[in-house]
Amino acid sequence: MTDILKIGGVEFSSRLFTGTGKFSSNSVMEEAIKASGSQLVTVAMKRIDMGAENDDMLRHILSEGVRLLPNTSGVRDAREAVLAAQLAREAFETDFIKLEIHPDPKYLLPDPVETLKATEELARLGFIVMPYIQADPVLCKRLEEAGTAAVMPLGAPIGTNKGLVTRDLLEIIIAESNVPVVVDAGLGAPSHAAAAMELGADAVLVNTAIAVAGNPAEMARAFAEATVAGRRGYLAGLGVQSSEAVASSPLTDFL
Amino acid sequence: MFSDELLKFDWQETTARIQSMTDADVRRALASPRPGVDGFMALISPAAAPYLEQMAARSRALTRERFGKTVSMYIPMYITNSCSNSCVYCGFNCHNKFERVILTPEQIEDECKAIKRLGPFENLLLVTGENPRKAGVDYLARALQVCRPYFSNMSVEVMPLSAEGYSTLVSEGLNGVVCFQETYHRERYKVYHPAGQKSDFEWRVNGFDRMGQAGVHKIGMGVLIGLEDWRTDVTMMARHLLYLRKKYWRTRYSVNFPRMRASASGYQPNVIMSDRELAQLTFAFRIFDHDVDISVSTRELPVFRDHICALGATSLSAGSKTEPGGYYTYPQALEQFAVSDERTPSEVADAIRRAGQEVVWKDWDEIFDRC
Repeated sequence: MTDILKIGGVEFSSRLFTGTGKFSSNSVMEEAIKASGSQLVTVAMKRIDMGAENDDMLRHILSEGVRLLPNTSGVRDAREAVLAAQLAREAFETDFIKLEIHPDPKYLLPDPVETLKATEELARLGFIVMPYIQADPVLCKRLEEAGTAAVMPLGAPIGTNKGLVTRDLLEIIIAESNVPVVVDAGLGAPSHAAAAMELGADAVLVNTAIAVAGNPAEMARAFAEATVAGRRGYLAGLGVQSSEAVASSPLTDFL
Repeated sequence: MFSDELLKFDWQETTARIQSMTDADVRRALASPRPGVDGFMALISPAAAPYLEQMAARSRALTRERFGKTVSMYIPMYITNSCSNSCVYCGFNCHNKFERVILTPEQIEDECKAIKRLGPFENLLLVTGENPRKAGVDYLARALQVCRPYFSNMSVEVMPLSAEGYSTLVSEGLNGVVCFQETYHRERYKVYHPAGQKSDFEWRVNGFDRMGQAGVHKIGMGVLIGLEDWRTDVTMMARHLLYLRKKYWRTRYSVNFPRMRASASGYQPNVIMSDRELAQLTFAFRIFDHDVDISVSTRELPVFRDHICALGATSLSAGSKTEPGGYYTYPQALEQFAVSDERTPSEVADAIRRAGQEVVWKDWDEIFDRC
């Protein structure tokens, strides 16, 4: 089955994107990324020592077929985000940028107003923008108009492992979007990833659930399989539950 | 533009796919929260005929959820039958010899007053033939200026315009544009529309993009039932609607399924759609798109209109005259097609109320168009 996802002109055969935070060590992280088969891995640029020739974390991320998705985690507004993105572009030599603007340090919820502003500016500057956002269908359309390459609505707040809390809104976003929809944040179990893919999401991004698992590499593998299974189920055409009872007084007698 | 998108879909293949739909496909579509275009094809297919009752129930539930128990009323005003096209099925065909009428601003105002005496209409649909030279954007802008004090919501059903043309009319208070593609069959389209601007398939089909670009609030679509295989044509329209919704997401949409009526052209429809099939299509469209406005004109018989409203349709015309000046100025001018529901607006409104639904005359305010 050739089922390619295209973002910013780049093709991905894996629809599981991963992160690099919260791992117990860089080598555990490296093993998990490999096991996930992920081709797009996000890294907080604040974690990287960009002055160092051979940053240890980076060394463990980069391998054949893995593309870096620097993220702006830590910035609080659009101005800082644009600055961070420009630094990331220079340091990592990629136009990909995961836009994360969460001024609130407690729940790490994204600021929609600043995110839209930053997306407009970054798209203008030629970035491939992938913004982390609330599951807000109108915001998604506004971002599309601003030139975003994808949208990354949250399933649940970052790190909560609660799964598809925003399911009804994600359904609308998926139905209406002209750009790839990547469900980001909150996916705590492989079944959550499968459910997102069954809904018709184009990809999922999973970090915490893999990083803090008892066996991160095994969990990464499980997420990879679940993502494929969910996607396959979606493409095959899922069956549906329940059907409506026939009304007792016929509605179509007039015909 | 949609003409490019349309190239992705083969007419023959679509027809074959609809015909191959099975009982299981229909049941799956009926139970799915979002059946999509595939589900839509199943629901309009012959395989769905035995499921009409279930489809009616689902369509009614969705309509109530989104629109409540309401029916919105509109009235068309034909302001000219002057036309430079020669559509083979239409009474306004430029080769038909009869006195052409282009109402003056004074006459349009008389029509406004006459309509207001008929009923408390607030939704006006201005209709013209297609004569860009004699009744173009300037003429339409003037007509809107005249009508604006009388109606809170104005739409036009006119030749496709440029995006600038639509913008001009929007600034004159235009709210909606209705345009029937007639058929999405590129080759056959040229047979039905041999001359005039309307012979240009691309210009017409991309007109909807231009409406979206111009920020028209509401876009009305339709295919003329009676030209090509109706199932294939409405599937193409469903795809078109989906495309427009994703691109021009601030816009509201309406659809209409006009069945060809007798006209001065003497043209006989190539395909006949039964009442049952029209009901099936109405239900299927509601199940496919929960939010789309479905309007039913006076082409249809009273008994059909009265029932279909509670089950899926959301907007009705009433008291319509399909000839220019028909309400006051020229009660005898040539009509575009024959109407089947001759009841007065208040008779139609009474029938709707008896069926347990509220009649909505006004659902917009001119103030929203002034910003």
